Amino acid sequence: MHVSPYIVLYFPGMKDVIIIGAGVVGSFVARYLSRYELKTLVLEKENDVGNVTSMANSAIVHSGDDPVPGTKKARFNVEGNRMYPEVCKELDVSFEQCGSLNVAILDSQIEKLKVLEERAKANGVPTRMLSAEEAKAMEPNINPEVKAALYCPTAGIVNPFTLTAHAMENAVDNGVELHLSEGVTDVKKVGDHYLVTTDKDSYECKVVVNCAGLYSEEIAKMIEPVQWSIKPRKGEYYVLDHYAPGLVNHVLFPLPSEKGKGILVMMTTSGNYLIGPSSEFVDSKEDFSTDSLTLADVKRQATELVPNIPFREQIRVFAGLRATPTTGDFIIEPSKKYKDFINVAGIESPGLASSPAIGKYVAETLVKPLLNPKENPTYKASVRKYVKPLKMSIEERNELIKKDPRYGKVICNCEKISLGEIEDVLSRSVPAYTIKAIKKRTRAGFGKCQGGFCQPQVLLLLAKHYHKSPLEILYDKEGSNVLDKESK
Amino acid sequence: MINRDLVIIGGGSAGMAAAVAAYDHGVRDILILERTDLLGGILNQCIHNGFGLHEFNEELTGPEFLTRFANQVKERGIEYKLGSYVSSITRDKVVTYSNEEDGAVQIQAKAIIVAAGCYERNAGAIGIPGDRVAGIITAGQAQLYLNEYGYMVGKKVFILGSGDIGLIMARRMTLEGAKVLGVAELMPYSNGLNRNIQQCLKDFDIPLYLSHTVSKTIGKGKLEAIEISQVDEKLRPIPGTEKRFECDTLLLSIGLIPNNGLLDNIGVAQGRSRGSAVNEHLETEIDGIFSCGNVLHVHDLVDWVVSEGKVAGEAAALYLEGKLNRGSKKIVTVAGDGVGYVVPAEVDLEEAPEKLQFKFRCRKPTKNVYITYSLNGNVIKRFYKQTIIPSEMEIDPIPKSLLTEEGTLTVSLTPKEVK
Repeated sequence: MHVSPYIVLYFPGMKDVIIIGAGVVGSFVARYLSRYELKTLVLEKENDVGNVTSMANSAIVHSGDDPVPGTKKARFNVEGNRMYPEVCKELDVSFEQCGSLNVAILDSQIEKLKVLEERAKANGVPTRMLSAEEAKAMEPNINPEVKAALYCPTAGIVNPFTLTAHAMENAVDNGVELHLSEGVTDVKKVGDHYLVTTDKDSYECKVVVNCAGLYSEEIAKMIEPVQWSIKPRKGEYYVLDHYAPGLVNHVLFPLPSEKGKGILVMMTTSGNYLIGPSSEFVDSKEDFSTDSLTLADVKRQATELVPNIPFREQIRVFAGLRATPTTGDFIIEPSKKYKDFINVAGIESPGLASSPAIGKYVAETLVKPLLNPKENPTYKASVRKYVKPLKMSIEERNELIKKDPRYGKVICNCEKISLGEIEDVLSRSVPAYTIKAIKKRTRAGFGKCQGGFCQPQVLLLLAKHYHKSPLEILYDKEGSNVLDKESK
Repeated sequence: MINRDLVIIGGGSAGMAAAVAAYDHGVRDILILERTDLLGGILNQCIHNGFGLHEFNEELTGPEFLTRFANQVKERGIEYKLGSYVSSITRDKVVTYSNEEDGAVQIQAKAIIVAAGCYERNAGAIGIPGDRVAGIITAGQAQLYLNEYGYMVGKKVFILGSGDIGLIMARRMTLEGAKVLGVAELMPYSNGLNRNIQQCLKDFDIPLYLSHTVSKTIGKGKLEAIEISQVDEKLRPIPGTEKRFECDTLLLSIGLIPNNGLLDNIGVAQGRSRGSAVNEHLETEIDGIFSCGNVLHVHDLVDWVVSEGKVAGEAAALYLEGKLNRGSKKIVTVAGDGVGYVVPAEVDLEEAPEKLQFKFRCRKPTKNVYITYSLNGNVIKRFYKQTIIPSEMEIDPIPKSLLTEEGTLTVSLTPKEVK
């Protein structure tokens, strides 16, 4: 085989695979690629993994009852859902298979519920039709007007923050290289490889996997014109505190419409409640603002499902942007011209549920045959166990603190997060540079006081750990410095 | 399991006052558990003066005030543990705490006083519309950064809410060189003490926009600007009234909420203040568990926090001696017209002391009004007030002799004209 001098010249730095984007999809692609002996580099424009769509969504592992049979959405949703219990065990991520209920409030909706039941059946998703009485017994706070409900026992809820962070941590532990705060500005095919240029550097690689989320269209177009486009579709949510005696025990959906799955009422793996999302196309891929009218509408629709939601427990509102494809289905395929440039785009709902299956498929079916790699002999499927003092008995916790006193020092009062847990996160292979990164991984600052008490301590810990001035520490994105100057 | 007579959760002004009072009434086995590394709670960051006018007849700074109480605690040899976080209590009075030295510990207490303070209502709770950016922070957190850590959070500041911490911070940040552009208050009246409106806003020419709210936050990463709007009588922003301010910081001073999770989590009944419902001895529905200070209801002055702490301390001492019983006849208090909440939630007719105190906040500023106490519909006491405002807590003495029968005691505001 003729080897071009160009390749020889650059070979030492040549990557096998560059993944663009470290959202939940990019992180799972990286994780499944780390099973092979490959030089894989992940480039992420944000200063943390999972910092855009992957952190602002409903955190649901859908059962797969809703996607149209035969679509990629149906296939990867159902497959992903089946992978979740094991993946979350390996990655030490909170996951609960709590089940979901599609709720018919009007008699006229029962027909639609039956359509959904048929779809679920075609997708191979177990369901059970519940009578109004059964639904009320399972969900005492549900609208008493409920006529029937479709129960999907395999639906679940997951912590999306640690899911992404731990999937990437697992990949990095297995040898994947991760560059944060490095946005891709250009991709060129040069001979039989790619030149990927970023705002900091440039790299060569054999295979590109485009997992750039909202910006996957822009990345795809660096190689060739595409027939599809990604439209940002905003969803706004309320978050309620965890409180006794609680609101719901399952994920509650209204009947799906052309606008999506509707306004849901659900719990999270941390015992909070999430209400939303709205669904509106917006012009900007950077518009994460919330507005009162939309949220008022979310509230109105949610109370049709659960009439007495205690909104005084509200601790936050937020907005996320779905990367909605104009094709209506996930785009998971090589570019038209090059089989080694792979687009993984338009991963809107049920994207989170599908992400492990997408990652596995991209790695094993699309990338592996291109490079014929050997198995990674040191591959480990699990991350180093996270210590969770809150889940321990008093004796275990006492023993832990005697060994490592940092677990006795509570930093976040609302969520009971210790210094030990925060410093553990800082010792991991995926860095956590910002207050938000710590918050996402540990829940410090997630509670009812929203960091009122713990944020200064977290900020100082970050400054100490990274040998920075507290003035340099960011809350989240570039420019989000918390402190302005030292006082007089 | 360790056994203790009295465990006090929180070493701020309420907890320290309760500890001292309990000691002075004969309790010797007392343990104060404080989550931070200092006694004194929030007073540590309140370096302005104005504390202690009632308690000490002097104007002290927060740290001076707390030092006097901390000294009283230390002089008595009352045990306290710092950096000690209480994660739960049970209805059987088992207190679980942890710290770096002791590990995770369970204490079987005979009595518990919860004095865990309050926390600030924040942007998430009110869902301010607009971009979620850095630079939107509660006034108390800005105060913590500035007074305990020595950092300013911004240069150009706008303040939402006219609560006292916001007003204090308007002055403090101005003195530190920041430009405070204004304060927006949703209600048509200020929610801060009059002295703070004068000394912190008027004296520095900082405008107060009444009946206004922040209708939009704008920025990428960090706050760049805000829009405020006038609100209608239903407190909704009126389109077309927007005013834009370029600023890097939006301080929130929009209220304080009792930090009552420990009691809420074990299902103790709540009062309307969002603290637990208590009787005249500040005892909750559980025998031997008391609540006082800002965890019970948010106070305006620390002096009243202290006096409440003393009531709880004394009551705990009585309880430990077996002298605090519950009778079968009681009066339940109700917040009537114009009244937000009433503490205590109930009075034990058999066991109550001769002199009772009722505390409440009015809902809105009212002039020329009677505070009317009616027992089962019959007026038993009235206090005339020229003005009454929500930012000041009302404390009324009511002799037990007026409480002649079981039933409902309604506290309401009635205009003077109506007899």
